[in-house]
Amino acid sequence: MGSALPEIDFQRQKQVAEALRAFLPERCVLWAREDTQPYECDGLTAYRRVPMVVALPETEAQVQRILRTCHALGVPVVPRGAGTGLSGGALPPGDGVLLSLAKFMRVLRIDPLARIAVVQPGVRNAAISDVVAPFDLYYAPDPSSQIACSIGGNVAENSGGVHCLKYGLTVHNVLRVRGYTIEGEPVDFGSEALDSAGYDLLALAIGSEGLLAVTTEVTVKLLPRPEAARVIMASFDDVEKAGDAVAAVIAAGIVPAGLEMMDKPATAAVEQFVHAGYDLDAAAILLCESDGSAAEVEDEIARMEQVLKAAGATRCTVSRNDAERLRFWSGRKAAFPAVGRISPDYYCMDGTIPKKRLGEVLNFIGAMERKYGLRCPNVFHAGDGNLHPLILFDANDPDQLRRTEEFAAEVLEKCVEVGGTITGEHGVGVEKIDQMCVQFGAAELDMFHAIKRVFDAKGLLNPGKAVPALSRCAEFGRKHVKAGQLGHAGLPRF
Amino acid sequence: MTLENIQERIREAAGRGAALCIRGGGSKDFYGNAPRGEILDTRTHAGVVDYEPTELVMTVRCGTLLADIQEILDAKKQILAFEPPHFGAGATLGGCVAAGLSGPRRASAGSVRDAMLGAKILDGRGQLLSFGGQVMKNVAGYDVSRLLAGSLGTLGVIVEVSLKLLPRPPEERTLKFELLQAKALESLNRWAARPLPVSASAWRDGELSLRLSGAASAVRAAADKLGGEAVAQEEAARFWEGIREQSAPFFAGDAPLWRLSLPSQAPALALPGEQLLEWGGALRWLRSRAEAQTIRAAAAQAGGHATLFRATQKSQGAFAPLTPVLARLHRDLKRAFDPAGILNPGRMYPEF
Repeated sequence: MGSALPEIDFQRQKQVAEALRAFLPERCVLWAREDTQPYECDGLTAYRRVPMVVALPETEAQVQRILRTCHALGVPVVPRGAGTGLSGGALPPGDGVLLSLAKFMRVLRIDPLARIAVVQPGVRNAAISDVVAPFDLYYAPDPSSQIACSIGGNVAENSGGVHCLKYGLTVHNVLRVRGYTIEGEPVDFGSEALDSAGYDLLALAIGSEGLLAVTTEVTVKLLPRPEAARVIMASFDDVEKAGDAVAAVIAAGIVPAGLEMMDKPATAAVEQFVHAGYDLDAAAILLCESDGSAAEVEDEIARMEQVLKAAGATRCTVSRNDAERLRFWSGRKAAFPAVGRISPDYYCMDGTIPKKRLGEVLNFIGAMERKYGLRCPNVFHAGDGNLHPLILFDANDPDQLRRTEEFAAEVLEKCVEVGGTITGEHGVGVEKIDQMCVQFGAAELDMFHAIKRVFDAKGLLNPGKAVPALSRCAEFGRKHVKAGQLGHAGLPRF
Repeated sequence: MTLENIQERIREAAGRGAALCIRGGGSKDFYGNAPRGEILDTRTHAGVVDYEPTELVMTVRCGTLLADIQEILDAKKQILAFEPPHFGAGATLGGCVAAGLSGPRRASAGSVRDAMLGAKILDGRGQLLSFGGQVMKNVAGYDVSRLLAGSLGTLGVIVEVSLKLLPRPPEERTLKFELLQAKALESLNRWAARPLPVSASAWRDGELSLRLSGAASAVRAAADKLGGEAVAQEEAARFWEGIREQSAPFFAGDAPLWRLSLPSQAPALALPGEQLLEWGGALRWLRSRAEAQTIRAAAAQAGGHATLFRATQKSQGAFAPLTPVLARLHRDLKRAFDPAGILNPGRMYPEF
């Protein structure tokens, strides 16, 4: 972590800015320090770098020309949507162009019969659902940042949300992505049909963190809004019991629309902030939602309540109306900002684990809290095993920052050890690039680099993100020796 | 053959530049362009590696029979959501993923690709590579496991796969409606925009069959709303099997069978030959002797693509041609995974 003052090469800056100004209006090219500074970081504020030049194109033709120009000049390009990403995926290049798609804010087409919307990448996630609401349709993936994050960024990160166990991730809800390669060649991945000829390049593009192409248009699938939805708020006196209750719900053949867990410290932080009515005495609370037809929801809520009680829930409260349902959810959705109020800084992790290992991992996190002397409330997409432990620290204290980093690294490596992953939905970016060396062996990383070269032979598009250079992993491997022993000796290393 | 044997075989073939035809039960030999090369039999690399019903995840080796998997899942009241066609008793999971073909439930519950969580492959150098994992959410690295679904074995021998599962819907009911094609298409799209538990649809010759799946209360409520004529359970099961396995009378005979994947609301296509519609209008089967070019142009015009699915000869290519940019990306991806070009060469496109 940490921020470095940029070593801007002013001659190069002038050359690139002038090359872009040759076809872009003045308002679309920023290079003065006071104009470029706001772009120095995304949602991961611990990493900052002022871009050499910021380009704010307004048309696809301009995007194409920017890419062609940068490709010809050998200038790195980093695409950026709303800048809410949590892994530093939009950390600017100090020697290149930050390509902001913020001006691509139009909804191009809504087809209620076909249940699709064609939108520009800068359209906010929540705005899609808002604009199609008159047709009783909505866009399902709902990351907690949905009021601010853009669909282009969702495509780059394959964003999830609290309803993805039942409704899937971005990759399940996007039909087509239109964009440009770094060479400025237009590409269409997917189509308005359910599949396309050849390889599923749409699946490859989604979640590629802006390394393969720049997205300029997205066709999303819309779903009919369920007739009814209700949520159960269940209290547990033990987090492992809450974890077992999650497994019991699934074992009963129920796929809840949402299934979320918060531990006691998280609940306490949230309750002060939003007054959602959470049980402050519970060691963990579960939010378990059912949606569908009114009759189906009644049945399912009754079955879920029965299962949760049998699994040891000490209290179950069922939302009586939609306002109450949204209030129960408001706490979960506001968990990050709420935690932001009780600590100068917090660091959000994003590991995913097999649900059955939850107790073990939470105990491990507890041990890490003691080891590093830092608090760590937990919010958890329990239905799909995606953990968001939030380490509380003060960034002004360099030692706390260092301890936070080490704490996070140990937790992510634990996630890999139990059969999970270092990132469920926030992406690798720059943040987890070293942990990629734990997640994958040299052969896989090599293949990722080969895939990158297929799309971007010069390595100009979002360089240094998502996939570590093998030399970096070798260095990481050397540093990463714990008490004379390499951690996770069984994992492939190099 | 153990994994090491397969690996050795690939290395040896790569050294000689000899084409390998990756094959499980051979139930999908008909699919794609004609298989060629020495047979690499994957059936001995079989078995369930891990199955945790409460995680809704199963990890299986490629040679495992689809029928065996379904039996194991059935005991735990779970299903493969994409309802894969077997096209023969010997169908294996590896072939199912490589072909990437999904059955009647696809429009509502997703495709093979949608269920993919992770995969291990042996690439064209014989390297064992592992992508994705056994968890629902995983964005570490490019999503290569989903890329493998439908890759026809051209990127690697798919040796192990982790799939997302779903609980088996407690209730299913099939309804029949008398409707002409245009009206059926309109109804299917309208119904899909409403929160109804439609899990399959098939239209043929003025008759639309609709399957509802889900909680008993939801199915009952939807059936009351929709009307139509109820079909007896056994007859319905046979009917959907006939659609999925293409044993229904429509699929008999020797006229070329085309698979048109279109936006669901695309109007009825005026092409010579008989049609059968699935997936709420998004999948249209066509028995037609019309020129490949005519059929492909009509599909492209409607916003989709046409595959020559079953035919005695496929000189026009099984799959719709790619744009020059996409064709280059395909060739280069193929080269990255299989530099010697030995894995199922030509099966997808003649040039690789």
